[in-house]
Amino acid sequence: MFRTDTIAAVATALNDSGIGIVRISGEKAIEIADSVFFTKSGRRILREVPSHTIHYGLIKDLRDGTVIDEVMASVFIAPKSYTAEDTVEINCHGGVLAVQKVLETVLQAGARLAEPGEFTKRAFLNGRIDLSEAEAVMDVIHSRNEMALRASVDQLQGKLEEKIRGIRQEILYEIAFIESALDDPEHISLNGYPEKITEKLDNVISDINSLLQTADSGRMIKEGISTVIVGKPNVGKSSLLNMILGQERAIVTDVAGTTRDILEESVKLRGVHLNIIDTAGIRETEDTVEKIGVEKARKYAEDADLILYVADTSQALDENDREILNLIKGKKIIFLLNKSDLEQKISEQDILSLTSGENIRMVHTSAKEKEGMEDLEREIEELFFSGHLIQNEEIWITNLRHKEALQNTLDSLLLVKKSVEDRMPEDFYSIDLMAAYASLGSILGEEVGEDLIEEIFSKFCMGK
Amino acid sequence: MSEIREKVDVCVIGAGHAGCEAALACARLGLETVIFTVSVDSIALMPCNPNIGGSSKGHLVRELDALGGEMGKNIDKTFIQSKMLNVSKGPAVHSLRAQADKAEYSRAMRKVLEGQEHLTIKQAEVCELLWEDLSENFPVDSLSQADSSASNDKKDLNKSGETAGVGRTAEKKVTGVKTFTGAVYECKAVILCTGTYLNARCLCGEAITYTGPNGLQAATHLTESLEKMGIVLRRFKTGTPARMDGRTIDYSKMEEQFGDERIVPFSFSTDPETIQKDQASCWLTYTNQETHDIIRANLDRSPIYAGIIEGTGPRYCPSIEDKVVKFADKERHQVFLEPEGLQTHEMYVGGMSSSLPEDVQLAMYRTVPGLEHCKIVRNAYAIEYDCINANQLYPSLEFKKIRGLFAGGQFNGSSGYEEAACQGLVAGINAAMEIFGREPLIMDRSESYIGVLIDDLVTKDNREPYRMMTSRAEYRLLLRQDNADRRLRKKGYEIGLISEQQYQDLLMKEELIEREIVRLKETKVGAGQEIQRFMEAHGSVPLKTAVSLAELLCRPELNYENIAEIDRERSSVFEEYQSYGRYMTSDGKLSREIIDQIEIEIKYEGYIVRQKRQVEQYKKLEKKEIPSDINYDQVPSLRLEARQKLKEFRPISLGQASRISGVSPADISVLLVYLEKTKSNS
Repeated sequence: MFRTDTIAAVATALNDSGIGIVRISGEKAIEIADSVFFTKSGRRILREVPSHTIHYGLIKDLRDGTVIDEVMASVFIAPKSYTAEDTVEINCHGGVLAVQKVLETVLQAGARLAEPGEFTKRAFLNGRIDLSEAEAVMDVIHSRNEMALRASVDQLQGKLEEKIRGIRQEILYEIAFIESALDDPEHISLNGYPEKITEKLDNVISDINSLLQTADSGRMIKEGISTVIVGKPNVGKSSLLNMILGQERAIVTDVAGTTRDILEESVKLRGVHLNIIDTAGIRETEDTVEKIGVEKARKYAEDADLILYVADTSQALDENDREILNLIKGKKIIFLLNKSDLEQKISEQDILSLTSGENIRMVHTSAKEKEGMEDLEREIEELFFSGHLIQNEEIWITNLRHKEALQNTLDSLLLVKKSVEDRMPEDFYSIDLMAAYASLGSILGEEVGEDLIEEIFSKFCMGK
Repeated sequence: MSEIREKVDVCVIGAGHAGCEAALACARLGLETVIFTVSVDSIALMPCNPNIGGSSKGHLVRELDALGGEMGKNIDKTFIQSKMLNVSKGPAVHSLRAQADKAEYSRAMRKVLEGQEHLTIKQAEVCELLWEDLSENFPVDSLSQADSSASNDKKDLNKSGETAGVGRTAEKKVTGVKTFTGAVYECKAVILCTGTYLNARCLCGEAITYTGPNGLQAATHLTESLEKMGIVLRRFKTGTPARMDGRTIDYSKMEEQFGDERIVPFSFSTDPETIQKDQASCWLTYTNQETHDIIRANLDRSPIYAGIIEGTGPRYCPSIEDKVVKFADKERHQVFLEPEGLQTHEMYVGGMSSSLPEDVQLAMYRTVPGLEHCKIVRNAYAIEYDCINANQLYPSLEFKKIRGLFAGGQFNGSSGYEEAACQGLVAGINAAMEIFGREPLIMDRSESYIGVLIDDLVTKDNREPYRMMTSRAEYRLLLRQDNADRRLRKKGYEIGLISEQQYQDLLMKEELIEREIVRLKETKVGAGQEIQRFMEAHGSVPLKTAVSLAELLCRPELNYENIAEIDRERSSVFEEYQSYGRYMTSDGKLSREIIDQIEIEIKYEGYIVRQKRQVEQYKKLEKKEIPSDINYDQVPSLRLEARQKLKEFRPISLGQASRISGVSPADISVLLVYLEKTKSNS
């Protein structure tokens, strides 16, 4: 949709907190709010009040004059509002029902229900926010846990923008230098320049690399951490899943190989969103159905962000454990030493002897006695917050388009490096420097490619 | 009392480098054309530097030639030294520059004009343009309706006191010109190429004369007529250094600058063999602290620093005063002594243009090694003149508000002979295209330097005389001087300025290049002993497996000539190629022209591919046309500044819109969405 009509929607999540905001934006926002908002003494005041003021009053049903809710209304006059249009925000206090009724009243008074992301779209189109901010807002809307929210909020505040802008500025300087040396060789010399730019390039490349390394973590934040439970058959994987989920989801028997396929569940532990996959126990098997399950387990384990390796401590480790551990080498692993209620045949030391990695995390659990859950939650949280999954504490790339643009930037810069190494004339550097500059610009929305616009607006449900 | 009344197709005002190209293009396309000049003796005058081409300007001349212009051919006839610049850099920045015999250049061009069918030369000052109003036939821009619809914007519009005329003015159509003596020439199109002559004044220190360059008569009446038509004029300035008596120069204190051993012609139609000749030399010397001290001590007597000159001068062609002030830490600046011709002793002092008074000039020049006893023939001076902001023009170089009126050259706010000539050619072509009812010639930034030049002039906010520079072209690896014919000859042919024979030659050239590249890519050489010995001899890493000759060519140390040794088929293939006549040398080999194309395409293939990708990206917005009747007041959510700029510039594409300063990417997104919407609604 592309018009300046007035839109309204509930701008906060609908929950039982009791407070909700109805936001109205557009040319007639103030007029519409004014028609339903009354002071205690029954006066309409919103048209007269200054911008950025908040007012106590009542929302009344226009049809019968009944009071719907006691509210606070804030008025923002264009362009100093989120959307850069006239905006009124009504803070409702009467719970979910009241918020919805206030919205209905506003719609009856002439506003149109906003489409998803439409406030943000307007903010962007009105030049209030740049593209990376707009996308971050969209990510807020779509984000699924608190960590993701933190990443989104950081981007929103322009940390990503600042970082990208800084890198972009450095690239621009080099382009400008080369160009001016070509145009004014008398006053600007390129002597020794290949060495200079190599140093610069190495710095910029490492900056971009560290941003890129956050990209996978960023994806995890948004989409949840892909977590796979693996282990030999009948070590208690399914029981542990049930414990983590807090419900009986997986069928548990004493027969090894009960779980023949893959179970996938979503759970949030201390604000960290996990997508947990329970797999068939990994072993050599002749059973065809189970065999498929084992194959799948291997595959999932390979793609996992986090592996929960379950070992039955009442049985000694064997060749099978060794093979599985070999399979998941290099992964982020938490060892769950299960069946801690039984006689212990293996120790932490035994596990350590099988793995070469540092920083091994181990948790003693007893699925049967429901013990060890708290320790596990703490380990996961620590892993997450300690920066093992996120290398850059400040800026995370949570957006696939940003990741691609950064990757393109990196590729271009590597090509510049190659030109330097191949001892190409300096004027060749600018071709790929320009490309890198443009790629970074696409993150900020400063390079307008038609594809980009279409891609962004598809997210905004543009309508036909 | 009776007056002369004539009817022609096109009137060209001014016979400088722009005017000559404009008039020749129109006449060659069969239109009855008159070219007016204040002095027939100064046709194609070079009032400043005695050379054609140079960094990026050389590109312009070759492109002009590819399209069917005259400058390249004329300098090939009259040069006295030629040099390919920047050969140590990449092929994109190689650029040809030739020293001209100024008098010969001017005479030769006059001869071409005189010999041109349909072209009349007239010595007269044009004082007035004749026009008719089209307002009754054309709806006035719907600004008035829009005022009521966009209430928010209206407030702000009034506040900012926006240029109210834009979009409101009635359209006009030019119908003819009137000279000082009262003669009237009715015509279908007028091309303004007034150069630096409009209300010109020259300044040499405190001495001011109201003349054009070289003391020629200024044109003092036309400005008023243009203003009456609604054209907004402004004032620019430029300058030229002194000319020395060569007999008073001690060249032994200078470094001699020679021309190239093998001369490359400017024109694709000139046979290189016919222009190899003995060349004149230029000379390099330097300023020093003493020079700079004299300048600093007398800055208050410079009309620029004293505030007498109002016009804005070019940063990129600074006077020596500017250089001393701006590069205060520089100990010396280059000074080139260049001959003005073979029949004169006069030497041009390149790098030391100035508007300081005569006595300061002499003192300053005499501090330069080799110029200790110099005598000045002509003083350096600055010149101020009326010109326009070219944002009043479409990229076709036609005035947006006046149909049939075109403009080219320094009048459009550019500087330089080459820039002028290119605009003159495009203005001439487009005047003709309009008369014929054909599509105008508009080149974009990925097609030519001319496209970059014109796009910059009509789109950007230029505040000083515009000079072409390599850095202005984004896609310069594709816009090389060596491939101008491959880029543009076809356009010249379609327009009608390139003959059938010339076009066939181009097709033949393309075919030959293609054939040889394919052969080089398909011919493999193994890692045999002989090959390895060859690699070793050329300091190249030995082969591990068989590779194609093309792959070998990618190595910096190898080239088309030195791989001949291991290219066994070559001599037999060359025999087959003999049918490509002019592209083979007299001893039966590929000509340099062809080898250059092959080497560049193979050696830089990766870069070329990547640059082409950038062009594709660029073209996407460039291809999004903005309808000429768009009402920006009806586009919601445009920021006010953008709305005003778009109304003022009326860009033809989203691409052009995106380059207007004050129009942000968000505004372009808005426009993009709006255009999509209106397209899908209709």
